[in-house]
Amino acid sequence: MNIRGAIAILKNELMRFFRTAFGSILSPVLTTSLYIVVFGAAIGSQMDPAQFGGASYGAFIVPGLIMLTLLSESTSNASFGIYMPKFTGAIYELLSAPVGVTETIIGFVGAAAMKSLIIAGIILLTARVFVDYSIAHPLLAIGYIVLVAAAFALFGFILGLWADGFEKLQIVPMLILMPLTFLGGTFYSIDMLAEPWSTVAQFNPIFYLINGLRWTFTGSSDVPIGVAFGFTVAFLMLCVGFIAWVFKTGWRLRE
Amino acid sequence: MVTTSSETILDIRGLEKTYKGGVQALAGVDLQIRKGEIFALLGPNGAGKTTLIGSVCGLVNPTGGTITAFGSDIRTNWREARRRIGLVPQELSFDMFDKVIRQVRYSRGMFGCPPDDGKIEEVLRSLSLWDKREEPIRKLSGGMKRRVMIAKALSHEPDLLFLDEPTAGVDVELRRDMWKQIEALRERGTTIILTTHYIEEAEEMADRVGVINKGQILLTDDKDAIMAQLGRTEAVFELAEPMEVIPSALSAYPVVLEDDGRKLVYRGGDGTGQGKRDVAELAQDLTRNGIAFTGLDSHESSLEEIFVGLLEDREEEAA
Repeated sequence: MNIRGAIAILKNELMRFFRTAFGSILSPVLTTSLYIVVFGAAIGSQMDPAQFGGASYGAFIVPGLIMLTLLSESTSNASFGIYMPKFTGAIYELLSAPVGVTETIIGFVGAAAMKSLIIAGIILLTARVFVDYSIAHPLLAIGYIVLVAAAFALFGFILGLWADGFEKLQIVPMLILMPLTFLGGTFYSIDMLAEPWSTVAQFNPIFYLINGLRWTFTGSSDVPIGVAFGFTVAFLMLCVGFIAWVFKTGWRLRE
Repeated sequence: MVTTSSETILDIRGLEKTYKGGVQALAGVDLQIRKGEIFALLGPNGAGKTTLIGSVCGLVNPTGGTITAFGSDIRTNWREARRRIGLVPQELSFDMFDKVIRQVRYSRGMFGCPPDDGKIEEVLRSLSLWDKREEPIRKLSGGMKRRVMIAKALSHEPDLLFLDEPTAGVDVELRRDMWKQIEALRERGTTIILTTHYIEEAEEMADRVGVINKGQILLTDDKDAIMAQLGRTEAVFELAEPMEVIPSALSAYPVVLEDDGRKLVYRGGDGTGQGKRDVAELAQDLTRNGIAFTGLDSHESSLEEIFVGLLEDREEEAA
């Protein structure tokens, strides 16, 4: 393995991120903080804690919002990371370098996941200013957040490979991920939904992700933690497998 | 003149590439490149030059044939092969917002080389980029941007360097400058394969020339041998008095009368200077025989004419 190559890509990607740090860190932090302030602190104070496992509504939505940020940031960071060199033609260098699937994943996906972890960390700290929350299982929470960041960075990488225009790059996060995250229980408990919607919600994969993270925060959730964890790992493995296949066949990479 | 060994550094056999749409870009290319030489691949647009380079450098998946670099198959030994190959593609493509030196360091790292600021400095200095090292690439001129591409390709000290149309769209002065730099690289032992459709470029720099058209190599030979074999001198003497027949004193020369005897035209030689000597002697013979001429126009056929002639011949054969 070409470890130096992997580190070079990782460093370059992170450098690109910090070059535009103002926009790329500040905007997601601001958006999420607004959610926390508006829904958590202002509206949430009017809600009955009994509906949210005894926690305050603000504390209830923090894991959901962290998940929202992780999903959208990991996906868009990684998709842009690989799409841009494809778009400018600079991908030639990656293809001609002694860099294989492992180095590429470490470099591009690693950097994208790290970026979204940095943002998630800042949001967690910012949220503390407005909302009183606690983390029941801190180690599991960190592990789970890292796992989700990695899985969706892999997913974003595939998206960036697949996209052959900026529109396609935006479609999946905006039209699929965002609605599924909002419908997946970011702002409410599934118990609050009437049938058939509470059953329909269980077919939303992101519902399991959000509830998995919520469990690590509050110790209670709508689904067993094992299911949420298993689902995330399965999704991650699927993405790794797909990327390995891409490198073997050259799909959307080599002519 | 740097001597090139007979050792083959790159061996391409039966290489084929048919794109998904059905376009056959390479139709069985055989090509052997010797260590230390500058090889110029000549061909019109769409001949398959870039596909050929892409196949060796990992940008294109060939659909048939084998490529052996440094003695082993590049499919099985791709890491080692790519580590030793550098590529300067035709298009300027890099992160325009990044600084020159950082992009060059990035390239070196990507190819698995340990950081070495001395080496980076050497590469940047050799391409007159050192003073621009902290500039964002987008602020550089077109010629400078192209040098950044070369600097990136040289950052990992490749043994085999591909230059795809290195001087396309570059002004004459910069082109000459580029030639000097390519020559300097060869002196350091780098084997260079360049594609061009400027024949002048091949004529100026190459040790050997290959002509590719429609995905096939039409010929490869030493540049001098091609020139000797196919080169011609043409000299036109404008006569003061029209002539009806060629005097016997001149019958030894390959000359003909044209333009109703007003022009005596020499066509001959072999591209090694024989033609020029003939023309000089012919001029003296004309004077000795009292034949006055008012003008002389002489030129050597260039690789360009040879090349065009070659392509035309092939098309006639095919027709």
